[in-house]
Amino acid sequence: MISLQVNGDEHTVDVPDTKPLLWVLREDLKLTGSKYGCGQALCGACTVHLDGQPTRACVVPVSAAAGHRIDTIEAVDQQRIGALVQQAWQALNVPQCGYCQSGQIMAATALLTSNPSPSDRDIDEAMSGNICRCGTYPRIRKAIHKIASEQL
Amino acid sequence: MKPLRQSLPLIFGLALLGLCPSSLAQSPLFAPIYEVLTHPRCLNCHTATDFPRQGDERRRHDQLVVRGDDNHGAPTLQCSACHQDRNVADDEVPGAPHWALAPLSMAWEGLSPQELCVALKDLDKNGNRDLNDLLHHMSEDALVLWGWSPGQNRSRPPYEHEEFVRLLSLWVNAGGPC
Repeated sequence: MISLQVNGDEHTVDVPDTKPLLWVLREDLKLTGSKYGCGQALCGACTVHLDGQPTRACVVPVSAAAGHRIDTIEAVDQQRIGALVQQAWQALNVPQCGYCQSGQIMAATALLTSNPSPSDRDIDEAMSGNICRCGTYPRIRKAIHKIASEQL
Repeated sequence: MKPLRQSLPLIFGLALLGLCPSSLAQSPLFAPIYEVLTHPRCLNCHTATDFPRQGDERRRHDQLVVRGDDNHGAPTLQCSACHQDRNVADDEVPGAPHWALAPLSMAWEGLSPQELCVALKDLDKNGNRDLNDLLHHMSEDALVLWGWSPGQNRSRPPYEHEEFVRLLSLWVNAGGPC
């Protein structure tokens, strides 16, 4: 049995130690907002926060997440900046197909929490692991700048 | 008296003579150490660049990840976002404890055997490690040991780890000749 703290709630799951956190979130806790993309930490669709740090849930063994604070897209609006990111994403129509966007929002929330006025370079460096096949990068960048310049 | 222009090659040659003996000098004891330390499994994270490399072809790391101020990546795209304390995803994603780039003071790219040997022993560059500390580090550090069990078809350094430690001990016991 493994105890996890997810979005502020304690959960106990009976799963193998090596089961990827993503599949515990999706299958055992029914939190399906974090997406499966590549399964190899290459695309960022599965990004969650582990103690506030963006982390690829598809490669983190669940045992490595025990004892850490796990935050997912389902509760990101409970953070002030997470809510601002979601609102800006809606206002600027950032998503296209949307599949990667929960990961993008988690990455952008962590970036703006760490750096309230990121440069284009800061954005590139923080977001380069989150791939968008629809090519929404200009809108992502615009939304991040909008939040930084108007609300932080 | 010869014009200066005619003397320049001579002056340049003498200068080279002055430089070459030290830059070419190479202890046979360090030669195998150099082979190991410049293998991609070691050198890909001992880069002189602001990013790590990957693969035997030593290409720039995927996703254009960066070194960052603390050698662990950008502030919110850390190495640990993907790299765990062991290989994961059927070895597709390599991992070992304290996965990170070596500091720039420990950059080995482009160094000759002589230069790398001197840099390796330089307490100001190597994290204040004396020869025995270096031996200990390369014998037991989990991240170093990963280089010999990298998983998948990743190539390994040219000597088995046990043999490498033996060769390293010979170099250390000889006083670390360069």
